[in-house]
Amino acid sequence: MTSSVQFDTNGNLRHFLTIEGLSREALVEILDAAESFISIGERQIRKVPILRGRTLVNLFFEDSTRTRTTFEIAAKRLSADVINLNPARLSTNKGERILDTIRTLEAMHTDIFVIRDNASGTSHLVAKHVPSHVHIVNAGDGRHAHPTQAMLDMFTIRQHKDDFTKLRVAIVGDILHSRVARSQIHALKILGVPDIRVIGPRTLLPTEIEKMGVTPLCELDEGLQDVDVIMMLRLQLERMEGQLIPSAQEYFRQYGLTAERVQRAAPDAVVMHPGPINRGLEIASEVADGKRSLILEQVTNGIAVRMSIMAKLMAGQRGPEEGKE
Amino acid sequence: MNVLITGGRVIDPANGVDQTQDLFIRDGKIAGFDDTTREIAVDKTLDARGLVVCPGLVDLQARLREPGEEHKATLDTELVAAVAGGITTICCPPDTDPVIDTPAMVQMIRQRAEEIGLTQVLPVGALTRSLAGEQLTDMAALRDAGCLALGNAENTIDNTLVMRRAMQYATTFDLTVFLNALDPWLKGNGCVHEGEVSTRLGLPVIPEAAETVALARELALIETTGARGHITQLSCARSVTQLADAKERDLAVTAAVSAHHLHLSEQDIGEFDTRCHVIPPLRSLTDREGLRQGLADGVIEAICSDHQPHGFDAKLAPFSESAPGIAGLETLLSLTLKLVDEDVLKLPKAVAALTANPARILGIDTGQLSIGARADLCVFDPNKQWQVDAEKLRSNGTNTPFDGRSLPGVVRWTLVSGEVVFAHDKK
Repeated sequence: MTSSVQFDTNGNLRHFLTIEGLSREALVEILDAAESFISIGERQIRKVPILRGRTLVNLFFEDSTRTRTTFEIAAKRLSADVINLNPARLSTNKGERILDTIRTLEAMHTDIFVIRDNASGTSHLVAKHVPSHVHIVNAGDGRHAHPTQAMLDMFTIRQHKDDFTKLRVAIVGDILHSRVARSQIHALKILGVPDIRVIGPRTLLPTEIEKMGVTPLCELDEGLQDVDVIMMLRLQLERMEGQLIPSAQEYFRQYGLTAERVQRAAPDAVVMHPGPINRGLEIASEVADGKRSLILEQVTNGIAVRMSIMAKLMAGQRGPEEGKE
Repeated sequence: MNVLITGGRVIDPANGVDQTQDLFIRDGKIAGFDDTTREIAVDKTLDARGLVVCPGLVDLQARLREPGEEHKATLDTELVAAVAGGITTICCPPDTDPVIDTPAMVQMIRQRAEEIGLTQVLPVGALTRSLAGEQLTDMAALRDAGCLALGNAENTIDNTLVMRRAMQYATTFDLTVFLNALDPWLKGNGCVHEGEVSTRLGLPVIPEAAETVALARELALIETTGARGHITQLSCARSVTQLADAKERDLAVTAAVSAHHLHLSEQDIGEFDTRCHVIPPLRSLTDREGLRQGLADGVIEAICSDHQPHGFDAKLAPFSESAPGIAGLETLLSLTLKLVDEDVLKLPKAVAALTANPARILGIDTGQLSIGARADLCVFDPNKQWQVDAEKLRSNGTNTPFDGRSLPGVVRWTLVSGEVVFAHDKK
């Protein structure tokens, strides 16, 4: 099942809602373009005029300082005008309310909405109901997708590993609730990674996950054997209700990433985490701050990758000729 | 008024009839077939050549939204939709507002339906007061007000002792107990089947066990109380196996399946299509196959619409927050006939699942064409296709995932007590 909503009638990427259904070429194009945006961050004047005169609204129904900030910086470096909104959440008639909010902002000539919400499918809902000149970027919808995070993860992997088609990757932790894991899996599959393992207790491994082309494993030590990339997930203890996992102590004992466990991976294995990290819950400080950790690089790369994605969406709109510039 | 319906293929599963013959109606009742009818004066003749003449459809579960949610639909709107779909008897669950837990509510709904004069509405009374699952309703009084069956709608009775007593007490007054097999804890805040699609879309799940665990409890209680139970909707293949086993042991249990569960699966949710948000959820293709097989084998007796009309905005939400339910009155017959096209059922058996079987579950004398029976009829063209256009449905609810699909079977006339209450305008 591909996401038809995110393409326009010419097959150009109009929205960025999910990695699922994108081509390898599209992903590589985004990663390549992100390389060029990296250098902008290192210049004295960190701006390019790609989105000059455009308005971007960060619409975060669920709070997130980190993701919102990187989107804001990315948009500003592309010279867009940025507005941040954190509308108060109401549980009733939320859908209608979201669409009302979007329509109101649309009437003010917004070009890009960056949306985060705690319900799966919110970005798709909005994308189905906006006029063709408006672009939606999914900054995380429930447990479904967090495609820009997955792209920055791929970008970071590519900086350290030569060939996706030879990698062994382990994704560790709360796969069940993780939109990051789902998007990472799609991206890794599309880029040709042959060995993707998802590791966690049975309560946190979604049913039929193997149909996404991954190997589910319950033993961390076994799962980390010879892997090149370890992608940790954030564990939200308050979601566990004392049932999905019994306690933080037990979780760390079984699934916490320690220096000792990292030894099982390939000698040049790297450790990643989408943040914010829970030290001593899913990852030991010595690993998070250690030499194999790419956690801060991920943050830096997040800006360039998001610039690349937004530039690509707008390029599609300008038409094929202009877009090639 | 005397009506003669000529030349139709009369299918009356209750009497084992399937033959082309004339049918004569006198004073609102079936008066006779073929030659016996010739000498009598006829006020109206309906030419049914090439059409099927069968009992009016009996829908065991449809929400009509009245009282309490008139902004979504009313009896006025929905009963027009019902007769357009060939449905002449409807059971409405007790989860109206106020709840159908008093004789006054039963009488009010019946009276409203009688005033409208189209489809007969049989309210299912509540098993427990306010559907709270704690205290029993005055069941004898509800029966005397006209309830044939009692249920607790989607509000589960969590306390097993309360359920046991509800069954025992209902049985005292010869009432059928309508059961909705769904474990409240396993359901939780879930909205889709636990499987490939829930994993891909990251939606909260309703596992298969939510149905099978609850069904096992209800079957055990039926067995030990001797109650007559009807499972309002099944969604899993494994439930069909459980039910077949129960029937093997001669339990007094029947079951229905919604028309949409026989055609859709979790795969139809695609990219968060909220029109496919239903409870119980659309399950796997294997489950759909199991339900079809259960119907063919007679383990499942009836097909219901599980009609749930909504306003246009109810589905305009993120999937988990959209309102569950499909508006199904006008597609019930066609979706059932599609099973005939797909070689799941023979036509008489398909008709039985919509007429004789649900009528028998309720213990009413409609759903058949015996001489002297009330002349509730549906006359349809089985060979004609139509394209579903949600906006043109008569129901106030336009929420159907079948929008745009081409379906077999067009209702030409619907008769209630011998009166033509719906006629398809020929084009």
